[in-house]
Amino acid sequence: MRLWQFHGGVHLDGHKELSSQVPIAQANLPKFLIFPLLQHIGEPTEPIVHVGDKVLKGQIVAHCFGSDCSLMISAPIHASSSGTVVAIELRPVPHPSQLTAICIVIETDGQDVWTELNAIPDYTSLSPAAVREHIAHAGIVGLGGAGFPSHVKLRPQDIDTLVINGAECEPYITCDDRLMQECPQDILEGAQILRHTLGGTKRCIIAVEDNKPSAFQALSQVAQSTSVEVVKVPTLYPTGGERQLIKVLTGKEVGRAQFPASIGVVVHNVETTRAVFRAVTQGRPLVSRVVTVTGNGVDCPQNLEVLLGTPMREVLAQCGRKSDIEQLIMGGGMMGYALPRDDLPMIKTTNCLIASGPGELRVPPPLLPCIRCNACAQVCPIHLLPQQLYWHCKAKDFKRAQAYHLFDCIDCGCCAYVCPSHIPLVSYYRYAKAEIRASEREHKKAEQAQQRHEFRLFRVEREKKERAERHKQRAKGVDSG
Amino acid sequence: MWIVIGTLGGLSLFFGLLLGYAATRFKVEGNPIVEQINTILPQMQCGKCSWPGCRPYAEAIIRGEAEINQCAPGGETAMLAIAHLLDREPKPLNAEDQVVADTKLLAVIDESVCIGCTKCIQACPVDAILGAPKFMHTVIAQECTGCDLCVAPCPVVCIKMVPVPLSLTTWKWPYPNSG
Repeated sequence: MRLWQFHGGVHLDGHKELSSQVPIAQANLPKFLIFPLLQHIGEPTEPIVHVGDKVLKGQIVAHCFGSDCSLMISAPIHASSSGTVVAIELRPVPHPSQLTAICIVIETDGQDVWTELNAIPDYTSLSPAAVREHIAHAGIVGLGGAGFPSHVKLRPQDIDTLVINGAECEPYITCDDRLMQECPQDILEGAQILRHTLGGTKRCIIAVEDNKPSAFQALSQVAQSTSVEVVKVPTLYPTGGERQLIKVLTGKEVGRAQFPASIGVVVHNVETTRAVFRAVTQGRPLVSRVVTVTGNGVDCPQNLEVLLGTPMREVLAQCGRKSDIEQLIMGGGMMGYALPRDDLPMIKTTNCLIASGPGELRVPPPLLPCIRCNACAQVCPIHLLPQQLYWHCKAKDFKRAQAYHLFDCIDCGCCAYVCPSHIPLVSYYRYAKAEIRASEREHKKAEQAQQRHEFRLFRVEREKKERAERHKQRAKGVDSG
Repeated sequence: MWIVIGTLGGLSLFFGLLLGYAATRFKVEGNPIVEQINTILPQMQCGKCSWPGCRPYAEAIIRGEAEINQCAPGGETAMLAIAHLLDREPKPLNAEDQVVADTKLLAVIDESVCIGCTKCIQACPVDAILGAPKFMHTVIAQECTGCDLCVAPCPVVCIKMVPVPLSLTTWKWPYPNSG
């Protein structure tokens, strides 16, 4: 199969061997499970249980607005073990803001009793819409790290290619690698279900980076007699990005402000695909995921199948936490962010935890002025001009930054990685994007306030007139009477 | 010569009529610059600029009666935008106004104390308070602009301005502190 190349990209030190050799183990059942109401991109969920309620594993504890997943971009959250709801309160959550948010806290009873599961024995007999609804109710979101509700990407819209993303290009992360090695059959079945849900796509490609030969082999073996193509793609960061992978596999580029679906392609992560397989064939909602726990800060870096809501501290302890952890990072080595504490819960988008040992992560060297070397523009996978963006974001000239297509940036961090002056370029872009979004929100609010104010002036005027009218009427009445 | 005078006279008459017609047909209501300034202002109608609302302030700027740095809630951003629009020198805000710009507030009525006098309802410039005479009042949080005009009229002092808490959806990435 012919492959294409996207612009730029960087070759990174993978650090994957730390955790890629050990089979996936089961994480212990913790005493308390914590479920933040927002674990995906979109609208937060609303709790549908109360403090004191007994819940079973797999039961929905927080649902989308109106208990209907199709109204807004959202996905329900399920209890990952049986127990009692002991609190619904503000708790610190894993988020770069380090803020607190409303969480449902469940004290587990150790029984791990499942609620009644609603499996679909023969999904081909059901309509795509019914399968999609089932997937939505299972609370499945993109497990590659972004967390976009999967059912939204499964709306029928003339899709001819389904891509299963097993590129896993970020350093340190190996959860998809292990999963492809250990459950290739599940992934393949899941891919067929997704195909059916999309109305039967012509092609289905599973893409694996060539630094994961065992995963490639395992998948190729099970896919031999099927129409699913397993493709080896060159290892280059960020091949795992949705748009970059589409470019590599099909040569097509997804336009600005377009979704991949508009060119007939849909991309789902391998673990998402497995979650779909489990949801459909076993009726099992998304209650756990595979997480890579790695770095020199733990004795046995490995992949664990972790119940969602498990506090990170417990998972670290299971992997042999060392006393000299320098930093705890959620996500990969490029796009992950540091966490201030270790009692935060694992959420749907937690694909990796890096507990870095002393000197493991590069301490950013002193900052130097930009020398306009243009290295950033050479590696930018979106063909942007990171240097220009940097000047405009730094000067808070957001209009110009937008004119240089700031919002096409995918935060991959290639530019900052190669910058010889160690400028934290992505931080500037994130700052500018957040400011622009906030000012748009404020502008909308101002418009609304203006409308309400003008209506009020109109109303006051009208009432005055009406009152005057009434007085006149009454005066007339007195005269004639 | 008469031909020349006739032609020029005819042309002037024609264009005169055309301009006269255009002046009435395409007449711009109000000053369009006022409209542009008004869209920059935050529309809180708070009166902190000493004018009774955002549009009156915009009009006052155009008349030359107000400075461009009097809008406290709009802060530096609004001041710079107006300076840019009118091609004037930026004027720094005074320190108090900068504090107002940096904190987003929300009015909250202590419903157990409220006596239902409707004074705050009459004061609210955006109709964000619900209630009726002798019934408890409450603030529609989404519509409240935080102008604090409802605080002073309350005879039982049951309205408080509280800062809007940051949530995951309103949080912003900070400006990188190095470089």
